[in-house]
Amino acid sequence: MTSLLIIAVLVLLGIAIWQLTKIFHLTQVGSATHNENSEIANDRDNNINGYLMFAFVGFIYIFTIFSLIKWGHLVLGTPASEHGPQYDNLMAISMWLIFTVQTITQFLLHYFAFKYRGNKERVAFYYADNDKLEFIWTIIPVIVLAGLILYGLYAWTNIMFIDDEKEEALYVEIYAKQFSWEARYAGKDGVLGKANIRYIEGVNTMGVDMSDPNAQDDITATELHLPKGRKIIFKFRSQDVLHSAYFPHFRAQMNVVPGMVTQFGFTPTLTTAEMREDPRIMDKVANINRIRSEKSADLIAKGESALDPYSFDYLLLCNKICGASHYNMQMKVVVDEEDDFNEWLNGIKPLSAAVKESQKEVALPEIPVRTEVPNSTADTIITVPVDSTSVSQVIRRN
Amino acid sequence: MSAAGHEIQGEHDHHDAHDHHHHKDTFITKYIFSIDHKMIAKQYLLTGIIMGIIGIMMSILFRMQLAWPEESFTIFKVLLGEDFAPNGVMRNDIYLALVTIHGTIMVFFVLTAGLSGTFSNLLIPLQIGARDMASGFMNMISYWLFFLSSVIMILSLFVEAGPASAGWTIYPPLSALPQAIGGSGAGMTLWLVSMAIFIASSLMGSLNYVVTVINLRTKGMSMTRLPLTIWAFFITAVIGILSFPVLLSAALLLIFDRSFGTSFFLSDIFIAGEALHYQGGSPVLFEHLFWFLGHPEVYIVLLPALGITSEIIATNSRKPIFGYRAMIASILAIAFLSTIVWGHHMFISGMNPFLGSVFTFTTLLIAIPSAVKAFNYITTLWRGNLQLNPAMLFSIGLVSTFITGGLTGIILGDSTLDINVHDTYFVVAHFHLVMGISALYGLFAGVYHWFPKMFGRMMNKNLGYIHFWVTAVCAYGVFFPMHFIGMAGLPRRYYTNTAFPLFDDLQDVNVIITMFAIIGGIFQLVFLWNFFYSIFKGKRAVMNPWKSNTLEWTAPVEHIHGNWPGAIPEVYRWPYDYSKPGHDDDFVPQNIPMKENEEELHH
Repeated sequence: MTSLLIIAVLVLLGIAIWQLTKIFHLTQVGSATHNENSEIANDRDNNINGYLMFAFVGFIYIFTIFSLIKWGHLVLGTPASEHGPQYDNLMAISMWLIFTVQTITQFLLHYFAFKYRGNKERVAFYYADNDKLEFIWTIIPVIVLAGLILYGLYAWTNIMFIDDEKEEALYVEIYAKQFSWEARYAGKDGVLGKANIRYIEGVNTMGVDMSDPNAQDDITATELHLPKGRKIIFKFRSQDVLHSAYFPHFRAQMNVVPGMVTQFGFTPTLTTAEMREDPRIMDKVANINRIRSEKSADLIAKGESALDPYSFDYLLLCNKICGASHYNMQMKVVVDEEDDFNEWLNGIKPLSAAVKESQKEVALPEIPVRTEVPNSTADTIITVPVDSTSVSQVIRRN
Repeated sequence: MSAAGHEIQGEHDHHDAHDHHHHKDTFITKYIFSIDHKMIAKQYLLTGIIMGIIGIMMSILFRMQLAWPEESFTIFKVLLGEDFAPNGVMRNDIYLALVTIHGTIMVFFVLTAGLSGTFSNLLIPLQIGARDMASGFMNMISYWLFFLSSVIMILSLFVEAGPASAGWTIYPPLSALPQAIGGSGAGMTLWLVSMAIFIASSLMGSLNYVVTVINLRTKGMSMTRLPLTIWAFFITAVIGILSFPVLLSAALLLIFDRSFGTSFFLSDIFIAGEALHYQGGSPVLFEHLFWFLGHPEVYIVLLPALGITSEIIATNSRKPIFGYRAMIASILAIAFLSTIVWGHHMFISGMNPFLGSVFTFTTLLIAIPSAVKAFNYITTLWRGNLQLNPAMLFSIGLVSTFITGGLTGIILGDSTLDINVHDTYFVVAHFHLVMGISALYGLFAGVYHWFPKMFGRMMNKNLGYIHFWVTAVCAYGVFFPMHFIGMAGLPRRYYTNTAFPLFDDLQDVNVIITMFAIIGGIFQLVFLWNFFYSIFKGKRAVMNPWKSNTLEWTAPVEHIHGNWPGAIPEVYRWPYDYSKPGHDDDFVPQNIPMKENEEELHH
């Protein structure tokens, strides 16, 4: 069906080109007398294209307005983090500026192209420069940009410079690998245990150093839960390639770089439940569900299974090309009230317990060697060949 | 064609050269291993056009995948084959490969070599009044290295595991580890080899341009009498010389990491169930090295287009370019600033946020010379006598997309705002409008304008008008809606958006974008037909069809090696004396001496 549609479009386009050429040839008939046969614009060409230039600025305006009405609602709505409103405010100011300048300059450009379209009688005005004018349009951008830069840098400093001494902050590690995310919470001590990919073994998929006392109460999860109203400081690690942790609803993003720890902090201000009540989100979800049910009807007609209905959830997306399945590297983010969050967190047993259990299971068949492995890896930091082989064996076993 | 001579420094009359000399100008020395700058320019243009066809075809293929995800298309079967598109459905890693090679080809092979290579070669000697480039031989080598790198890049498409697929920015570790993506095997090796050769080619070309502009200007051609095209090509060559070697070093270090086990860019990697030995490198270092070229590259692409536009707008407005010295100053300012803003590609790369502040500052400064340029173009149109030739339309179109695309740079250059639109379709919309489409318009404008100089014939203007108007509408149709899906948080380089129900409502926008892309792509056939048909069957051109002031139009239509049959013309005035009061014609070419008491303005 689609290919048929494309072929039809192609055929129609071909006809359109043919007809357009004909029209243009016909418009030339009368004007062929002067400026014979050269392929240089004559008065008639100037006229036609001058009017088209004027029409084009109309096209730009109409297309802009059409887009704003039709697609304006697609733009991300209510921000869910403390710095979000400041971000949105700066964005709004910049957008107003852009639209104003765009409207004026595009008008002038195309209007002049129309108004001063050439003809035989017209003589252009010999006007080579004017220092005053040039000064004006140098100084105006300088002033406007100075304002934007100052506001931007103020916001940037607020967002990016994280005070590590802040006591009530919650430390969460986001761990990326092709093509999934994991999270690690610092636990009761509020400190994340040390980690390195060379400690990866069995259930310890994030390579936490189990000999580090701080690591004993660390908790891992494959779904990210965050408490509302508390500063979260994220520490990002990647085990393989570059990824980017993108939280669009929180106006937050940071690249995840193998071999180093990057960080970003924000304070969620709306729980998932509250966000689902947001009018714009409700409209959006209703619209998406309408689209999905239409698609489902098609799928069922083809004998395939229907799509699940959609309900809103915050998401963490990968936003740096990371491999074949980059397009599907996501993690659900849930923002809860503090109490619900604590309840959820307490319901998960710490990583150390999981590691011990799995060691017991592994230890039963081959008694001394296997139990030695985690300790030895923990003590000697980088004895590469030995570690990597033992690690890969264990991984395969699981 | 008349006999092309080797008489480059010949001062005697060349008119009867072919009567006296019997040059051994075989097909090979004339058309293949030519050292004549005009022939080399045509070779660049032709290669650039072929690469452009491939690059644009690729974009249409992946746009189809985005609009109708994972559907089966016969065209995929035919062009990609059963291996890359089983049953006509594009594979997800092949999508990334297409995106990668599209970016590489368009940025380097079409808009760097195809645009700057063509017009620098054609115009520098002709407009400054030189017989040829400073080193014709090096110029020839430069082209053939470019050709070789193009061939290698095309060959990489046929590697079994696919061509390079890590994005045109080839960030390691993805580009370094074949375990991470298939294209990072032999495909990436060929990519790196091809780019290394390309850089060598580009450096040879650029050195030649710089030396030629500095040394071979004709009598009277002071730097402040140079056409703005030459200024743009000259400065472009300078920033190319300064920044391409840095990319070469990044490529070399990446080759070391890939082949010899060094750890410049890699550290602590666990992949495919195995911890690799790499220790102590940093991918962020690669990002710095890459963008140290990568950002000036934007201006290497754009400045020649702006230079071409300046010349064409002045000629067709029958008016001097407004603010000649301000235009030169803004070219210089843009060139200088372009080398100290690369960090704005890396605001959220994990580098120190303080650096982000610095780069925000320098980046937003670039808006100032850019604004000056845009306003000067608009003022040049004001009270002109606009001859709306196809080249002029494309030049006006360039100013329009340059403004639209440039304005969103205010958002992306602001580190704060970049946080949430980084790597989304907002970025795709921005750079395609401001450098992709704008530079492409510059290329088209240049081709329409200098076609008579290159081939001695005229292109059909009516086909040119159709080409422009459809392209202008489609370019906005493709890239304007992308701002909206970008601000909805849609990341770029996603094979399909169906994995996220959140993005389901963006699907119809994607279909519209793709329809515009397909229509716009098809209408480039009008250009191609016009171009190739006119080479052989176009109307014969006169010597100075656009009544232009610059020196290339004083050279005869028939090409001769050495450009001018007699002495090289001397220059007495700047190139923008259009509609100057006190003259009979509305143009006064640069080789016409000043009249008595004629006033030379302080332009």
